[in-house]
Amino acid sequence: MLMKSHTAPARTRQRRATSIGPSNWLLAPALAFFAVFALIPLLGVAVLSFMHWDGLGTPSFAGLANWQQTFSNPVTLNAMWLTFAMTVLCYLTQAPISILIGVFMAGEQKYRSVYSVLYFLPLLFSAAAVGIAFKALLDPNFGLSKAFNVALLSQDWLGSTNLVFYVLIFVISWCFVPFHSLLYQAAVKQIPTSMNEAAMLDGAGRVRTFFSVTLPQIKYTVITSSTLMVVGSLTYFDLVFVMTNGGPGNATRILPLDMYLTGFRSYQMGPASAIAVILVVVGLVVSLLLNKFSGTDKMESQQEGA
Amino acid sequence: MKLQAKSGYAPNIPGSLAATFWLLVTIVPIYYIVVTSLKPRQEYFGSNPLAWPRELSFEAYGRVLKNDFALYFFNSALVTVVSVGVVLIISLLASYVIVRNRGAFAKFSHRLFLLGIAIPIQATIIPVYYMIVKMGLYDSLLALILPSIAFAIPISVLILTNFLRDVPSSLYEAMTLDGASHWQMFRLLVLPLSKPAIMAVGIYNALQVWNSFLFPLVLTQSSQVRVLPLSLWTYQGEFAVDIPAVLAAVVLSCVPILAAYIVGRRQLVAGLTAGISK
Repeated sequence: MLMKSHTAPARTRQRRATSIGPSNWLLAPALAFFAVFALIPLLGVAVLSFMHWDGLGTPSFAGLANWQQTFSNPVTLNAMWLTFAMTVLCYLTQAPISILIGVFMAGEQKYRSVYSVLYFLPLLFSAAAVGIAFKALLDPNFGLSKAFNVALLSQDWLGSTNLVFYVLIFVISWCFVPFHSLLYQAAVKQIPTSMNEAAMLDGAGRVRTFFSVTLPQIKYTVITSSTLMVVGSLTYFDLVFVMTNGGPGNATRILPLDMYLTGFRSYQMGPASAIAVILVVVGLVVSLLLNKFSGTDKMESQQEGA
Repeated sequence: MKLQAKSGYAPNIPGSLAATFWLLVTIVPIYYIVVTSLKPRQEYFGSNPLAWPRELSFEAYGRVLKNDFALYFFNSALVTVVSVGVVLIISLLASYVIVRNRGAFAKFSHRLFLLGIAIPIQATIIPVYYMIVKMGLYDSLLALILPSIAFAIPISVLILTNFLRDVPSSLYEAMTLDGASHWQMFRLLVLPLSKPAIMAVGIYNALQVWNSFLFPLVLTQSSQVRVLPLSLWTYQGEFAVDIPAVLAAVVLSCVPILAAYIVGRRQLVAGLTAGISK
């Protein structure tokens, strides 16, 4: 209706403006960077998984040799198993603690906001810093063992094949629980108080309210946070590299570390690329499945949980 | 009845105890880092690791600062500032086009960026290494900056487009009627309105780049271009018997983030969680 008052040229200018919008050229810088340093490497890693390459010379075609080697190498197969076990155990440790701490932080009490400030502190440290600090703290001679004269705490935490895996799961949880509890805190704060009040008036206890009101209300955050935890567990490289470098033996040689050591320490870039392809595929499948399951088609960042 | 509803349940004793236990688990390692960094070397070997230092000593910090810490700090800062600066500019331009230009090409680009979110960075490290070597950039700061920019684009575009979509199109239309060009709309409308999102994306990416470990580990070698997280790792090798110094370096490395936490807690938290907010 308004259009009628416009002169003809103004009208065409306006229509052109809204239908064409800003020039596609403005996309060029982002596309160029992304294509060169992310898409091409993504294709490159698939190509390299079919090549022999020592990291220095010219890659040569290898056929399926790398893939055969990867799937018959007991170290890599063990790494797959360790990654799977670590993902499951880290999830089972982190998820309940994060939810409970998140619910706790969402409480109104004054002391809880003081706690929240302190809970945040691990997020100040990089994974490398956390790894180095815990390596010192867990030193059998000068660390925890010496702090308390308790036999239970006097262990060679990182040197024992039986313990080291669980120690890493603890350190990973220490690192990432603060982030996930922040997510849950925000989610719980959005639950209308009237719902809790209603549950309470109906005589529901604290536990019952948690399972019947709180948990269903934060279900989308549970899905998001779970996605990040599961996909993020494919990227626990820094921490494990710094703390154990896969040892003792191969007790903590998880898949990303196996890729790094195969490629950049044994100079077998072909098999290392095959491992990388496995990581990409698993990462994609897991995030797609979890997104299907959650009913959203938004893909979440997986760098976040790392 | 009303009063009861307001005051809620009786104090949650088991909950508070469990929360306090987790608080100790969180705090003790950090306390250990700080007190150890304040001990003289001899005291580290002799004393209880969790005891407060008999006398506060900043010697360990002195030893770290003498060991080129400032250079590594500067390298990290340079890589972070340049990467984040470039990412913000190009991602904002791209997001503006994606939201305002409904052409097929813009849509296709958007899909492509979204795909990038699911790529685990470290899985592409071998070809990235190959390319960086071929480009003659190995062992330079640029070798860290270029891939960091590329891998920050997807998440930045995702957040910025989600944010820009909420700008009512009536505002664009009003500016169009006033005869504003696309560039003017970008400068006068998009830029000021998306400030909170830019802030969050900036902080998120800055943390990612500042803490990044694998790229520097694989793409650099000499101490001239060493960045902080990598320097912590090499300190650990060089100062194997000087744990106070190693932990002093750990403390120093998180000073900028601590500063950000104190100055703008809200923004930092928004930035941290930017990767998953809507």
